Amino acid sequence: MKIRVEVTRRPEIADPQGTTIKRALHDLGHTDVTEVRVNKVFHLEVEGGSDTEIRDKVEEMCRQLLANPVLEDFEIELVP
Amino acid sequence: MTTAVVVFPGTNCEHDVVTAMTDLGGSARLVWHRKTDLDSYDSVVLPGGFAHGDALRTGAIARFSPIMEAVSRFADQGKPVVGICNGFQILCEAGLLPGALIANRDLSFICRYVDVEVTDTGTVLTNAAATGQRLRIPLNSYEGNWVDPTGEGRVVVKYTDDPNGSSERAAAVANDAGNVVGIMPHPERATDPLLGSTDGRAFLRSFLNSLVPA
Repeated sequence: MKIRVEVTRRPEIADPQGTTIKRALHDLGHTDVTEVRVNKVFHLEVEGGSDTEIRDKVEEMCRQLLANPVLEDFEIELVP
Repeated sequence: MTTAVVVFPGTNCEHDVVTAMTDLGGSARLVWHRKTDLDSYDSVVLPGGFAHGDALRTGAIARFSPIMEAVSRFADQGKPVVGICNGFQILCEAGLLPGALIANRDLSFICRYVDVEVTDTGTVLTNAAATGQRLRIPLNSYEGNWVDPTGEGRVVVKYTDDPNGSSERAAAVANDAGNVVGIMPHPERATDPLLGSTDGRAFLRSFLNSLVPA
Protein backbone atom coordinates (compact mmCIF):
# COMPACT_ATOMS: atom_id res chain seq x y z
CA MET A 1 0.00 0.00 0.00
CA LYS A 2 1.30 3.44 -0.94
CA ILE A 3 0.68 6.27 1.43
CA ARG A 4 1.19 9.98 1.01
CA VAL A 5 1.76 12.00 4.16
CA GLU A 6 1.79 15.78 4.04
CA VAL A 7 3.22 17.63 7.03
CA THR A 8 2.34 21.29 7.28
CA ARG A 9 3.60 23.92 9.65
CA ARG A 10 0.69 25.53 11.49
CA PRO A 11 -0.35 28.89 10.04
CA GLU A 12 0.62 30.79 13.20
CA ILE A 13 4.22 29.47 13.09
CA ALA A 14 6.67 31.42 10.94
CA ASP A 15 8.01 29.78 7.78
CA PRO A 16 11.27 31.61 6.95
CA GLN A 17 11.74 29.55 3.79
CA GLY A 18 8.26 30.41 2.53
CA THR A 19 8.87 34.09 3.26
CA THR A 20 12.15 34.08 1.31
CA ILE A 21 10.55 32.31 -1.65
CA LYS A 22 7.70 34.82 -1.67
CA ARG A 23 10.24 37.64 -1.78
CA ALA A 24 12.03 35.97 -4.71
CA LEU A 25 8.73 35.56 -6.59
CA HIS A 26 8.02 39.25 -6.02
CA ASP A 27 11.47 40.10 -7.39
CA LEU A 28 10.56 38.10 -10.51
CA GLY A 29 7.50 40.27 -10.99
CA HIS A 30 4.95 37.91 -9.43
CA THR A 31 3.75 40.56 -7.04
CA ASP A 32 0.27 39.01 -6.86
CA VAL A 33 1.65 36.23 -4.61
CA THR A 34 0.52 37.01 -1.07
CA GLU A 35 1.61 33.86 0.77
CA VAL A 36 4.04 30.96 0.31
CA ARG A 37 4.25 28.04 2.73
CA VAL A 38 6.64 25.12 2.27
CA ASN A 39 5.31 21.70 3.33
CA LYS A 40 6.91 18.28 3.53
CA VAL A 41 5.55 15.29 1.64
CA PHE A 42 6.49 11.71 2.56
CA HIS A 43 5.79 8.79 0.23
CA LEU A 44 5.62 5.58 2.22
CA GLU A 45 5.04 1.98 1.23
CA VAL A 46 3.58 -0.11 4.03
CA GLU A 47 2.83 -3.83 3.95
CA GLY A 48 -0.02 -5.76 5.54
CA GLY A 49 -3.29 -4.93 7.22
CA SER A 50 -6.56 -3.34 6.20
CA ASP A 51 -6.82 0.28 5.08
CA THR A 52 -7.91 1.27 8.58
CA GLU A 53 -5.06 -0.60 10.22
CA ILE A 54 -2.53 0.97 7.87
CA ARG A 55 -3.97 4.42 8.41
CA ASP A 56 -3.76 3.93 12.20
CA LYS A 57 -0.18 2.73 11.89
CA VAL A 58 0.85 5.72 9.78
CA GLU A 59 -0.93 8.08 12.14
CA GLU A 60 1.18 6.68 14.97
CA MET A 61 4.32 7.23 12.86
CA CYS A 62 3.29 10.84 12.31
CA ARG A 63 2.74 11.45 16.01
CA GLN A 64 6.01 9.78 16.97
CA LEU A 65 8.38 11.06 14.33
CA LEU A 66 7.22 12.47 11.01
CA ALA A 67 5.58 15.59 12.46
CA ASN A 68 6.57 17.71 15.44
CA PRO A 69 3.31 18.27 17.36
CA VAL A 70 4.61 21.60 18.66
CA LEU A 71 4.72 23.07 15.15
CA GLU A 72 3.09 20.83 12.62
CA ASP A 73 -0.10 19.11 11.49
CA PHE A 74 -0.31 16.14 9.13
CA GLU A 75 -2.62 14.62 6.54
CA ILE A 76 -2.57 10.98 5.51
CA GLU A 77 -3.76 9.80 2.12
CA LEU A 78 -3.90 6.15 1.03
CA VAL A 79 -2.95 6.05 -2.64
CA PRO A 80 -5.01 3.48 -4.57
CA MET B 1 30.70 14.23 40.30
CA THR B 2 31.24 13.29 36.68
CA THR B 3 29.27 14.79 33.82
CA ALA B 4 28.23 12.59 30.92
CA VAL B 5 28.81 14.33 27.59
CA VAL B 6 26.67 12.41 25.12
CA VAL B 7 28.03 11.66 21.67
CA PHE B 8 25.56 10.96 18.87
CA PRO B 9 26.69 10.15 15.33
CA GLY B 10 27.31 13.65 13.97
CA THR B 11 28.01 15.36 17.30
CA ASN B 12 31.10 17.56 16.94
CA CYS B 13 31.46 19.75 20.04
CA GLU B 14 31.93 17.00 22.62
CA HIS B 15 35.68 17.52 23.09
CA ASP B 16 35.25 21.28 23.48
CA VAL B 17 32.78 20.65 26.30
CA VAL B 18 34.98 18.09 28.07
CA THR B 19 38.06 20.34 27.75
CA ALA B 20 36.26 23.46 28.96
CA MET B 21 34.72 21.68 31.93
CA THR B 22 37.99 19.98 32.87
CA ASP B 23 39.82 23.34 32.69
CA LEU B 24 37.31 24.69 35.20
CA GLY B 25 38.01 21.87 37.61
CA GLY B 26 35.12 19.62 36.62
CA SER B 27 35.14 16.05 35.49
CA ALA B 28 33.46 15.04 32.25
CA ARG B 29 33.49 11.92 30.12
CA LEU B 30 32.18 11.06 26.68
CA VAL B 31 29.24 8.63 26.58
CA TRP B 32 28.08 7.00 23.35
CA HIS B 33 24.38 7.50 22.55
CA ARG B 34 23.65 3.77 22.45
CA LYS B 35 24.32 3.39 26.16
CA THR B 36 21.16 2.95 28.19
CA ASP B 37 22.25 3.87 31.70
CA LEU B 38 23.92 6.88 33.25
CA ASP B 39 24.25 5.41 36.72
CA SER B 40 27.86 6.48 37.19
CA TYR B 41 27.10 10.12 36.31
CA ASP B 42 25.29 12.91 38.07
CA SER B 43 24.69 15.33 35.22
CA VAL B 44 24.42 15.36 31.45
CA VAL B 45 25.43 17.66 28.62
CA LEU B 46 24.11 17.14 25.11
CA PRO B 47 26.75 18.98 23.04
CA GLY B 48 26.44 20.64 19.66
CA GLY B 49 26.83 19.21 16.20
CA PHE B 50 24.54 17.52 13.72
CA ALA B 51 23.22 14.42 15.48
CA HIS B 52 22.06 11.83 12.95
CA GLY B 53 22.81 14.39 10.22
CA ASP B 54 19.84 16.52 11.35
CA ALA B 55 17.70 14.29 9.13
CA LEU B 56 13.98 15.14 9.12
CA ARG B 57 14.28 17.91 11.74
CA THR B 58 17.15 18.83 14.05
CA GLY B 59 17.06 16.46 17.01
CA ALA B 60 14.12 14.44 15.64
CA ILE B 61 16.05 11.18 15.31
CA ALA B 62 18.43 11.78 18.24
CA ARG B 63 15.57 12.00 20.69
CA PHE B 64 14.97 8.28 20.11
CA SER B 65 18.58 7.28 20.75
CA PRO B 66 18.79 4.68 23.55
CA ILE B 67 20.53 7.11 25.95
CA MET B 68 17.58 9.50 25.87
CA GLU B 69 15.45 7.46 28.27
CA ALA B 70 18.16 7.83 30.87
CA VAL B 71 18.47 11.55 30.08
CA SER B 72 14.73 11.89 30.53
CA ARG B 73 14.91 10.14 33.92
CA PHE B 74 17.71 12.54 34.95
CA ALA B 75 15.50 15.46 34.00
CA ASP B 76 12.58 14.06 36.02
CA GLN B 77 14.82 13.48 39.03
CA GLY B 78 15.93 17.12 39.03
CA LYS B 79 19.50 16.37 37.99
CA PRO B 80 21.29 18.92 35.79
CA VAL B 81 20.69 18.41 32.05
CA VAL B 82 22.04 20.96 29.60
CA GLY B 83 21.78 20.99 25.82
CA ILE B 84 24.03 23.27 23.80
CA CYS B 85 23.03 24.22 20.24
CA ASN B 86 22.07 20.87 18.66
CA GLY B 87 21.64 19.57 22.22
CA PHE B 88 19.04 22.30 22.82
CA GLN B 89 17.22 21.16 19.68
CA ILE B 90 17.26 17.55 20.90
CA LEU B 91 15.84 18.52 24.32
CA CYS B 92 12.96 20.36 22.61
CA GLU B 93 12.21 17.43 20.31
CA ALA B 94 12.27 15.13 23.34
CA GLY B 95 9.69 17.33 25.06
CA LEU B 96 12.07 18.05 27.96
CA LEU B 97 11.99 21.75 27.04
CA PRO B 98 9.08 23.72 25.59
CA GLY B 99 8.91 24.94 22.00
CA ALA B 100 10.96 23.99 18.97
CA LEU B 101 13.83 25.40 16.91
CA ILE B 102 13.29 26.33 13.29
CA ALA B 103 15.46 27.93 10.60
CA ASN B 104 16.86 31.38 11.34
CA ARG B 105 14.60 34.21 10.22
CA ASP B 106 16.95 35.28 7.40
CA LEU B 107 17.81 31.69 6.38
CA SER B 108 21.49 32.31 7.02
CA PHE B 109 23.86 30.15 8.98
CA ILE B 110 25.03 32.47 11.75
CA CYS B 111 28.60 32.04 12.95
CA ARG B 112 29.77 34.97 15.05
CA TYR B 113 30.04 36.25 18.58
CA VAL B 114 26.76 37.49 20.02
CA ASP B 115 26.04 39.48 23.15
CA VAL B 116 23.56 37.90 25.51
CA GLU B 117 21.98 39.04 28.74
CA VAL B 118 21.19 36.74 31.65
CA THR B 119 17.57 37.31 32.69
CA ASP B 120 17.00 34.43 35.12
CA THR B 121 19.66 33.05 37.47
CA GLY B 122 17.54 30.28 38.97
CA THR B 123 18.86 27.49 36.73
CA VAL B 124 21.75 25.05 36.57
CA LEU B 125 23.31 27.08 33.76
CA THR B 126 22.92 30.60 35.14
CA ASN B 127 23.26 30.45 38.95
CA ALA B 128 26.82 31.88 38.93
CA ALA B 129 25.82 34.84 36.76
CA ALA B 130 24.09 38.03 37.86
CA THR B 131 20.69 39.09 36.53
CA GLY B 132 21.31 41.58 33.75
CA GLN B 133 24.89 40.42 33.25
CA ARG B 134 25.99 40.73 29.63
CA LEU B 135 28.22 38.07 28.14
CA ARG B 136 29.79 37.53 24.73
CA ILE B 137 29.82 33.98 23.36
CA PRO B 138 29.76 32.47 19.85
CA LEU B 139 26.57 31.55 18.03
CA ASN B 140 26.97 28.86 15.38
CA SER B 141 23.67 27.62 14.00
CA TYR B 142 21.14 27.57 11.19
CA GLU B 143 18.14 26.37 13.22
CA GLY B 144 18.49 28.72 16.18
CA ASN B 145 15.10 30.37 15.93
CA TRP B 146 13.17 29.22 18.98
CA VAL B 147 9.39 29.25 18.64
CA ASP B 148 7.08 28.76 21.56
CA PRO B 149 3.41 28.53 20.56
CA THR B 150 2.35 28.27 24.23
CA GLY B 151 4.10 31.53 25.14
CA GLU B 152 4.86 30.00 28.53
CA GLY B 153 8.49 28.94 28.04
CA ARG B 154 10.98 30.16 30.63
CA VAL B 155 13.55 32.29 28.84
CA VAL B 156 16.70 32.61 30.96
CA VAL B 157 19.22 34.21 28.58
CA LYS B 158 18.34 36.68 25.81
CA TYR B 159 20.24 38.05 22.82
CA THR B 160 20.77 41.78 23.19
CA ASP B 161 20.04 42.14 19.47
CA ASP B 162 17.82 39.84 17.42
CA PRO B 163 20.13 37.69 15.28
CA ASN B 164 17.77 34.89 14.28
CA GLY B 165 14.12 35.72 15.01
CA SER B 166 13.98 33.68 18.23
CA SER B 167 10.83 34.32 20.33
CA GLU B 168 11.48 36.83 23.10
CA ARG B 169 15.08 36.98 21.77
CA ALA B 170 15.63 33.71 23.64
CA ALA B 171 19.19 32.38 23.62
CA ALA B 172 18.54 29.93 26.47
CA VAL B 173 15.38 28.33 27.82
CA ALA B 174 14.76 26.29 30.98
CA ASN B 175 12.11 23.95 32.31
CA ASP B 176 10.04 25.08 35.31
CA ALA B 177 12.37 23.40 37.81
CA GLY B 178 15.45 25.04 36.27
CA ASN B 179 17.41 21.78 36.08
CA VAL B 180 16.99 21.36 32.31
CA VAL B 181 18.38 24.17 30.17
CA GLY B 182 18.97 24.54 26.44
CA ILE B 183 21.29 27.24 25.14
CA MET B 184 21.81 28.05 21.46
CA PRO B 185 25.20 29.86 21.52
CA HIS B 186 28.28 27.99 22.75
CA PRO B 187 29.62 28.80 26.25
CA GLU B 188 32.30 26.10 25.90
CA ARG B 189 33.86 27.96 22.98
CA ALA B 190 34.44 31.06 25.12
CA THR B 191 36.46 29.71 28.01
CA ASP B 192 40.04 30.64 27.11
CA PRO B 193 41.54 34.05 26.20
CA LEU B 194 42.95 32.38 23.09
CA LEU B 195 39.38 31.92 21.85
CA GLY B 196 38.57 35.62 22.08
CA SER B 197 36.32 35.53 25.14
CA THR B 198 36.15 33.82 28.50
CA ASP B 199 32.55 34.83 29.15
CA GLY B 200 31.31 31.27 28.65
CA ARG B 201 32.91 30.33 31.95
CA ALA B 202 30.04 31.97 33.86
CA PHE B 203 27.65 29.40 32.38
CA LEU B 204 29.91 26.40 32.88
CA ARG B 205 30.74 27.49 36.43
CA SER B 206 27.02 27.63 37.13
CA PHE B 207 26.72 24.09 35.83
CA LEU B 208 29.60 22.88 37.99
CA ASN B 209 28.12 24.72 41.02
CA SER B 210 24.88 22.84 40.56
CA LEU B 211 26.72 19.54 41.00
CA VAL B 212 27.81 20.29 44.55
CA PRO B 213 25.62 18.23 46.87
CA ALA B 214 23.26 20.34 48.94
